[in-house]
Amino acid sequence: MKQTLDINKEYEEKYGFKVKDSRVAETKLGLSTRTVDEISDFKGEKGEYEWIHQFRLKALEHFFARPMPAWGGDLSKINFDDIIYYIKPGTKMREDWNDVPPEVKNTFDRLGIPEAEKKFLSGVGAQFDSEVVYHKLKEKLEKQGVIFVDPDTGLQKYPHIFKKYFGTVVPSDDNKFASLNSAVFSGGSFIYIPKGVHVDMPLQAYFRINAEGIGQFERTLIIADEGSKVHYIEGCTAPVYSKSSLHSAVVEIVALPGAHIRYTTLQNWSKNVFNLVTKRAHAFEGAIVEWVDANIGSCLTMKYPSVYLKGRNARADILSVAFAGDGQHQDAGGKVYHLAPDTTSRITSKSVSKDGGRTSYRGLLFVAKNATNVKSSVRCDALLLDEISKTDTYPYNQINNETATITHEATVGKIGDDQLFYLMSRGLTEEQALNMVVVGFFEAFAKEIPLEYAIEFNKLIQLEMTGSVG
Amino acid sequence: MLEIKDLHVSIDGKEIIKGVNLKVEKGKIHAIMGPNGSGKSTLANVLMGHPKYKVEKGSITFDGKNVLVMTPDQRAKAGMFLAFQYPVEVAGVSLFNFLRAAYNSINNGHAKNIEKEVISVLDFQKLLKEKVKLLQMDESFIYRHLNEGFSGGEKKRVEILQLAVLNPKIAILDETDSGLDIDSVKIVANGVNDLKGTDMGVLLITHYQRILKYIKPDYVHVMINGKIVKSGGEDLAEQLEQKGYDWIKEGIE
Repeated sequence: MKQTLDINKEYEEKYGFKVKDSRVAETKLGLSTRTVDEISDFKGEKGEYEWIHQFRLKALEHFFARPMPAWGGDLSKINFDDIIYYIKPGTKMREDWNDVPPEVKNTFDRLGIPEAEKKFLSGVGAQFDSEVVYHKLKEKLEKQGVIFVDPDTGLQKYPHIFKKYFGTVVPSDDNKFASLNSAVFSGGSFIYIPKGVHVDMPLQAYFRINAEGIGQFERTLIIADEGSKVHYIEGCTAPVYSKSSLHSAVVEIVALPGAHIRYTTLQNWSKNVFNLVTKRAHAFEGAIVEWVDANIGSCLTMKYPSVYLKGRNARADILSVAFAGDGQHQDAGGKVYHLAPDTTSRITSKSVSKDGGRTSYRGLLFVAKNATNVKSSVRCDALLLDEISKTDTYPYNQINNETATITHEATVGKIGDDQLFYLMSRGLTEEQALNMVVVGFFEAFAKEIPLEYAIEFNKLIQLEMTGSVG
Repeated sequence: MLEIKDLHVSIDGKEIIKGVNLKVEKGKIHAIMGPNGSGKSTLANVLMGHPKYKVEKGSITFDGKNVLVMTPDQRAKAGMFLAFQYPVEVAGVSLFNFLRAAYNSINNGHAKNIEKEVISVLDFQKLLKEKVKLLQMDESFIYRHLNEGFSGGEKKRVEILQLAVLNPKIAILDETDSGLDIDSVKIVANGVNDLKGTDMGVLLITHYQRILKYIKPDYVHVMINGKIVKSGGEDLAEQLEQKGYDWIKEGIE
């Protein structure tokens, strides 16, 4: 018990701190059509377009009509009546950190965002509770026609692109939580990369929950036009509260022919956050979509990034890593739908469970009747650090074309006495040795992300590993 | 320096070492020879503190300190080193990062901050490359994952590389020559000899006499059935080479 408290304490200092709340508006506690009306009214001075308002209301109907998922993790502790669905921070969206209110800026300073922006990012969006408070794209990219804004701005300034794709990849009635997001969404990113443009340095979005008892429902839509390339990174953290929070995002990605999108997530919510996210991509001919997804925080995550391979030679690569400690369940994985010939996919899952934590791999591989010469490989490695932790795998395959080449490998490992003894015989303490094995286990992930993030990721793992021995 | 007195060791209730006495002094090389199953490797593992073995009786001291109450990492910090017969693979951890962490850990004494760095990345790189050259290995090795996909011979060389970098007071070499071709035996032996001037004591455990052509022992001990049954000088190894172990076994039965 003491160990857990220590971990929370350290998380609290680094990520879980909170600042003075200067909200200017919020919806009434709980969820009803009135909540949706209020959110639409809060958006801008004139409120939202009517079609978006109607989209929200329809989604809310779906949400109420659908039962809670009976699979995955334990959702019984979510009380939809005890959540504030929208909190407007006391600032408009800014393009200069100096214009952001000090307590908000201080939050992102402590999380290292402005510094990272200076060093190695092409653009940054920072969300504080329900709204984006800072957004900036490098001028050079703006001139090339790259769009990187929050969804409200996207709607206002680029309605023709926004409306064409919004809600087409993840329909509002896709699943209960996608419906919830569609009803009350606020904040997130809207990105368009023009034909042939390669964005060299990553774009980053950071999602911060500050208020207690809030739900955060950002919405991300990325369209990469023909032959373009972009790497999008998102991070997220929240203060440690005794009351639980809900984060339910929807991410829609469209990779047009020959486009290459990489989407990296470093999920580090505090352990009172339910993280229920729908992420899906459409990949057209010759396009590449890569989900690089790490889940370290939250009490329960249910997230299965998916790719619909809709054009010949399209490729999907999903790397999902998870760490589950005391009181955590990471139910993660990936889904690939091979809908065209000569498409390839790879799903790699790596998870570590400790102190009674639970990880689950849940995956789906679908090959359509007309999709010939499909190649796919799935690999799941799980590491259990003690006897009380759990891991399980739920791989589903629906292969409707016999020319497909599918491989599936799964391993469950424990750190053996021999491995620990070997490392300790070189002078490493038991804790250092365990750390080293776990960091090594996740190396396949760390090497896929920019160095600065890899360092942060390894630190997070070490933080989680604190108190492993005793 | 290292002193073993009346050591009895068991595993799963079965006694493997049945009363071993041995003293290894600074700068001296002791070879322990013996047939398979005589308890040689058990002795090596017990000295370093493998949790699988249970010491039933006796004592091990190093520089006057009771080794038996120390964890393996404390033994390493005290100056002990074991070159493993079967080095363990660690996925995703580069030899470089592993060895630098080990070097920092061993050389920062009893500093409270175990992550404290005592050598810069650059200086450590220099040190490591120097030793890599000594063992005639390719530099690229240091960025490969620890023992992962290494051949048997490469693993043994890497053990000696670690020995050279960590520079202990006593090196326990557990069958370091087994599975090596003659050229590799020479390279490994050179690596060990290179460290000899440093007062390092060596406990060389081997099945075969051939490595002793390149690493000249001061003492040779024969271990059979959990006991040291005969001790002598370098010439004892020659006799064993010619006559095998049977003549000793007959002598004690």
